[in-house]
This record gives sequence, C-alpha cells and structure tokens, in this order.
Amino acid sequence: MVAMTGKIMAPLWISHYTVVTALGRGLDSTFAALRARRSGLRPCDFEDAGLNTYIGRVEGLEDLPITGAELMPFDCRNNRLALLGLRQDGFEEAARAAARRYGAGRIAVILGTSTSGINETEHAYRDRDQDSGVLPAAFLTRYRYTHNTFSLAHFVRSYLGLRGPAAVISTACSSSAKVFASAARFLASGLCDAAIVGGVDSLCLTTLYGFSALDLSSAGPCCPWDEARDGLSLGEAAGFALLERIARTTDSGAVALYGYGESCDGYHMSHPHPEGLGAILAMRGALARAGIKPEAIDYINLHGTATPTNDRVEDLAVNSVFGTATPCSSTKGWTGHTLGAAGITEAVIALLCLTHGFLPETLNTTRPDPALAIRVLIENQERPLGRVLSNIFGFGGNNCSLIFGGL
Amino acid sequence: MQVYVDGIGILGPGFAGWPASRAVLAGEAPWPGGETEEPSAAILPPNERRRSSALVRWAMHVAEEAIRHADHDPRALATVFASSGGETGVLDQICRSLASPERVLSPTLFHHSVHNAAAGYWGIATGAQHSSTSLSCYDSSFGSGLLEAAAYAEVEQAPVLLVAYDLPPPPSLFPARPLTAGFAVALVLCDRPSRRNLARLKFHLEDVLRDAPDTLADPGIEALRGGNPAARALPLLTAIARRRSSGVRLDYFEEQCLSIEVSPCPP
Repeated sequence: MVAMTGKIMAPLWISHYTVVTALGRGLDSTFAALRARRSGLRPCDFEDAGLNTYIGRVEGLEDLPITGAELMPFDCRNNRLALLGLRQDGFEEAARAAARRYGAGRIAVILGTSTSGINETEHAYRDRDQDSGVLPAAFLTRYRYTHNTFSLAHFVRSYLGLRGPAAVISTACSSSAKVFASAARFLASGLCDAAIVGGVDSLCLTTLYGFSALDLSSAGPCCPWDEARDGLSLGEAAGFALLERIARTTDSGAVALYGYGESCDGYHMSHPHPEGLGAILAMRGALARAGIKPEAIDYINLHGTATPTNDRVEDLAVNSVFGTATPCSSTKGWTGHTLGAAGITEAVIALLCLTHGFLPETLNTTRPDPALAIRVLIENQERPLGRVLSNIFGFGGNNCSLIFGGL
Repeated sequence: MQVYVDGIGILGPGFAGWPASRAVLAGEAPWPGGETEEPSAAILPPNERRRSSALVRWAMHVAEEAIRHADHDPRALATVFASSGGETGVLDQICRSLASPERVLSPTLFHHSVHNAAAGYWGIATGAQHSSTSLSCYDSSFGSGLLEAAAYAEVEQAPVLLVAYDLPPPPSLFPARPLTAGFAVALVLCDRPSRRNLARLKFHLEDVLRDAPDTLADPGIEALRGGNPAARALPLLTAIARRRSSGVRLDYFEEQCLSIEVSPCPP
C-alpha cells in the first residue's frame, strides 16, 4: 500500500452552499425531507425510458429554459439544473459579491459532472437524418455548450462573469467530491482567492440504460446495507459551495472543509478493489490532512450505493479505519445516486448535519445485512456533531473522502 | 508557484516521441508532418489493450514515454488526465444504440464511456494508487490540466504525471467538434530540483491569466496547435526544446492566456 503524503491543511471556510435534488430546491426543503424521512425517489418516469426502476428526478426542469442571446446556446437539462441551483439560498448573489470583493479573475470555478449534457446528443441521434445520418444543425453548433464535458463550468463562469481558472472534473461518481481537493490546492498555491466548487449531473438515457445493462439498478427504491439490497436508484442534482480562506470574521455556526483524501484502486474499471484498499487510502488521507484520529469523526456519510458488492467493500474499508462504533448512514435512499453530483450533494447534506446536529438514518433500510459490520443508522438521531466524513467512490476505481466541521 | 519537468512523451502527426520531436521544435530538423502511426501502448496488458479505445491507447503511449524519460516509478506519481471531449468514439456508439428501438447497451461500452477511462486503464496497468484527476476545459484543457498538476506538485510536494490527449471524433460528431488530427502529450512534473530536471516552469500568480497567446512560426505546426486542444502544449514544448529562458503564453479561453516562465535545467 502506498504512503499518503498527508500534510495537515489549513481549514477552508465554506461561506455559502446550496443544493437541488429530488427532495426539493435549496437547504430548507432538503433538510425538511431528511427530518421527515420523505424520499425523493419515484418509479422511473424519465422521457420514454421503459425501465423497471426508481429515480430521483428534479421537478420542473422541463419548464425552465435558459434564455437570453448570450446564454441560450447553453440550454440543456444539465445547465438548467445548474441555473436552478445557482438561484437557491442566495448563492448567485454571494458569488457575485465575492467577484466584487476579490476580482473576477481571482475566483476559480471547479465543478464536477459525469455525463454533462449528453441528453442533447441522445436526442440529436434520435432526430438524425435517416438517410445520411447527419445530426441536426441546431445540435452541432451547440455541442460545445451542452454536451462537451466543460460545458457546465463554461456556463457557470459565463453566467457569473468570472475570469479565473476553471475546469470540469469528470472522474465518474467522485467528480464533485474531488473539486474540493482541487480548489483547496488552488487556494493554497495562490492561484485564486475564492473558489466556486460543486457539480451537476442530470438524468439521461445513457446512465439509466447503462446501469441497467450492468445489472446494478434496483427495481425498487434503493436500500443501502439492507440484506435485501439489490442495486442503486439513479438521481440528479446540482450543488454549489463557495470556498474562501479563513481571514474574515465568521459567524457562529460557520462550517469548513478540514480534510480531503484522494486515491485510486488501480484494480478494475467498474468493480471496487475487493478489500477496499483505495477507499481506505482516501479515508486515511482525509484524516491525515485534517490532523485528526478516526475517533474524532462523529458521523460518516457513506457512499452506500446499495449494490451488493459496493456496500460490502465499503463496509470492510470503513471497519478497517474506524472500527464498528462510528455512526454511519447512506442518504441515497432520499436522493438516489446523483453520480457526478453525489460529492456535492452529500457534502451539503454533511453540512446540514453539522449545522442542525442531525444524523440521518439509512432510508428504506429495515434489516441491516448481518454479514456487514459497521454501525449503520436506521433511525434519524439528533445530537451535536464536531467532525463528519463523507465518502465518494467511483467507476475507474477513483475515490475521495472529505471531512467537514464547524469553525 | 514553480515546478520542474522531468520527462516528456509526445505523439501526433510528425511528432513520434520526444527525441525526434525535440529536434523539430528546436529548429534542428524539418517537421515531417504526415499520418501518425497507431501507438503500441505496450504498457497495457494484452487483454486490456484489446478492450481499450484508441483514445486510451494514445494516452497510455505518451504517459509511458514520459515515465521512462523521467525514470520515475509510475506507482509513485499522482496523475492528471486532460481531454476536451473524452471518449467521443464510445459515446457515438452509445447514442447510436439508444436511438435504436431496442436500446440495447453493452455494459462494457458503458463503463468505457466515462471521461476517466484512460485514468482507469493507467491504474490497472501500473497499480498506481495516488490521486488521479480527469478534467476538461474545452480548447484550454492542456492549460487547465497543467495548472491542476502544478498545484498538486507544489501543494502536496509530490510528483505528478500530466497527460493531455484528444482524437478527432467519429463522423457523426465531427462537424460538432472538427479536430484536425489526433494529438497526445505527457509531462512528468516534480516539485523539487534534481538532475532529472529538463526545465523549470514558473507561474506568476497575480497575473497568471493574461491576453494574447503565442502562435508558432511553422504554418504546419501552427495548424496542428489550433486543430487539437492537446497540441496547445506545443509553444511550451518548443520553449523546452530550445533550452533558452523564455516566456510562454498558452491560450486559456478565447480572450485569455496562461503565462509561464520557462528556464532550461541545468541553466
């Protein structure tokens, strides 16, 4: 096993954050759904996908086109979801205020997605000329602004008028967790003074049919760690966070990024390492950067996709780093697996847990698998939390763990 | 922020490996142009090579050359993979399947469609377990990958392998993204001076993004630079090949550039 270079990092203030999922728009509706144990999953009703599965679809995107001459080319489901996210909890206003304070060239935009606006390309192939195979002209000129992997950050940077470093990280499910690590390095090296991080992934036929082809989708709402778990439920989400150095006076109740750990399995494209070695490295890396011991973590938000193998391997990995006493849960029974947006979705949920002193249960799970060892919550709990860890593991064996806490 | 370049891999029309490409870029030999030979990607085990896409093989090929050149153990390196469009060939096949009435998708095709497919193959081939980041920044993907890799090397005080690569998309998607030729480049970047250093790169952070990027004198090479996002590395590679201290400006979005001071090592 490789040694991690685990320098302790200076915590970064998360001055603003927001999320949109199937649970609703913004922090309040998200937390209300968590507390009320109300899932956002429903039988699949995305386009004409005839699949026997549940999805976490965000309501109303069909009626929220991106308009205006300059931004219209960006119009697609993924960027609509991004715009809806920017407009929650005063995030857009906070980003614009940061641009005035630091300068538009000093704000980085680092966002994650897995499939970007591929839904536009799916439609274009369906509508292609039957004889020549040529794709519709209106699609061809907009590919850059919709499906290209960078489209999301291009849209957000253009919409907010920012001129700092930008990138879209696309490492499958870990995409919008890794953006926190990249932004932390950009801030530490002086490449920027603030960073907008987050991610957006939207439902599309590629992932719905793809996970179904891999036999990884459940026919019902996903139930992580349950002995009857049989696969994931896909969801979609947009989330954003504004990261700044801790220089200004912060409110009581302010939250921060304390650590990140990144690793690879170096094992297989779609199967996790059988002993969870990559996951263990990511969790240890995050603890090392936060300068804390495993006992200091009060709650772990698991990756917990509810596929039989992923949960079993994560159970082994968490057990080997934390033992079986730390309370853990997966919140995918609420939101579904939002893929490239899972990192930011579960980061924001972790921040809600910290600010409300709340530990979510593992929704839909009633009979925890006796073959699994870690302490998975099956009832919501309320008590103050100091540090929480969020795990995100993805295709290609790409892993990221994040540690958040109060300032 | 400063980093050292310890090794280079390169593949594209008229650029078959660093030794010959260095001579071309230094002005010691004419640019031969022509087609690029299919890369061997010998680092991949035969089974993986058979399953892999052409794009993955291009990325593996230059990554392996850079590692050999730098004489680094690949397992000791973090990686940054930068590509504008990723696996456009695989995505074309997927969208074709989804447009058919049956919508039968191959599971293998699906997990080869991710933007981090090349990174996944590199991990399988080398067993590397350090951080791996796959990103896109459209035409600025090389510059964006360079910033990501340089920040990693400096902040984590660890060596990084940067790989930038793009291939022209298949015919259906070509009009949407008309890349003129395939190109791939890899750099091993290190945070500390050593006798392996080829060049030092210094980034002036207060003004890292500026106006008006560099172009190249040779019209054939300049056309290649404009025709593939990974080939936007060519002005930087030219400065390294010429072994003279110089300022390099790589384009970063339409209206900006990434400004780098390049010095040869040893000076």
